[in-house]
Amino acid sequence: MTVKHSRPTSPHLQVYKLPLTGIISISHRITGVLLSAGLLLVVMLFYAVSQGADAYAAMQSMVNFWVVKLMYWGFIYALFFHLCHGVRHVFWDLGEGFEPEKLDKYAKIELATAFALTLATWIFI
Amino acid sequence: MDFHLIKPMINKIAVFGNSTTKSATQHWLMQRITAVILIPLSFQLIVFLDLCMNAPYQQTVDWLQSPLNRLCIGVWLLAVFYHAAIGLQVVIEDYVADQGLQAKLIKAINLSFLFLMVAALFFMFRVI
Repeated sequence: MTVKHSRPTSPHLQVYKLPLTGIISISHRITGVLLSAGLLLVVMLFYAVSQGADAYAAMQSMVNFWVVKLMYWGFIYALFFHLCHGVRHVFWDLGEGFEPEKLDKYAKIELATAFALTLATWIFI
Repeated sequence: MDFHLIKPMINKIAVFGNSTTKSATQHWLMQRITAVILIPLSFQLIVFLDLCMNAPYQQTVDWLQSPLNRLCIGVWLLAVFYHAAIGLQVVIEDYVADQGLQAKLIKAINLSFLFLMVAALFFMFRVI
């Protein structure tokens, strides 16, 4: 059956000029995939801690390289953004916030909140 | 066309449709339940990450030995790998058209994430 192997995929992103809410929507997906990949690094952290002081020290000297630190803060922002948009999904599930003007407004609130939470993490933790 | 030839085909499609609909609804719900669990636990995760980045070895070990922290991180690990696996399944279903490859990829993701979750929990409980 040829039908089985040529089912349609989701509409391709490059076809549209995305509004802000659309960019936010695909970013939710992209950050989700990236954060999933980041879980590998978290498992490595647990491994380093479980292997004793030497392995821990080796891991720390690696993560204190500035490129890794920059990636770390990227992950933190991605986490907060994914979290904020996830909260909005829950609101959508309750049937709230589908009006066009609200979509754009909430998108901006999400981006700002994720930034504020990242900043708060940097200052307080 | 002979009905006897079509019937098993229809049955197959029906069963397939039913089972995916069922699991999709369940996934939809579990995706949200795990999300809600993960929100407060993210705070504990960030504290742990910060300790790993900056604190001396003994401090991180002490923190991880506290029962409350261990519980939070343990539940976080269970929830986050499940949440990630369901999420990646949806992404694969949307962008991989080939049904055979799609099923293989989803199985591979599920198995490797289960393995990673068990490994992380094992490492955590090895911290004495």
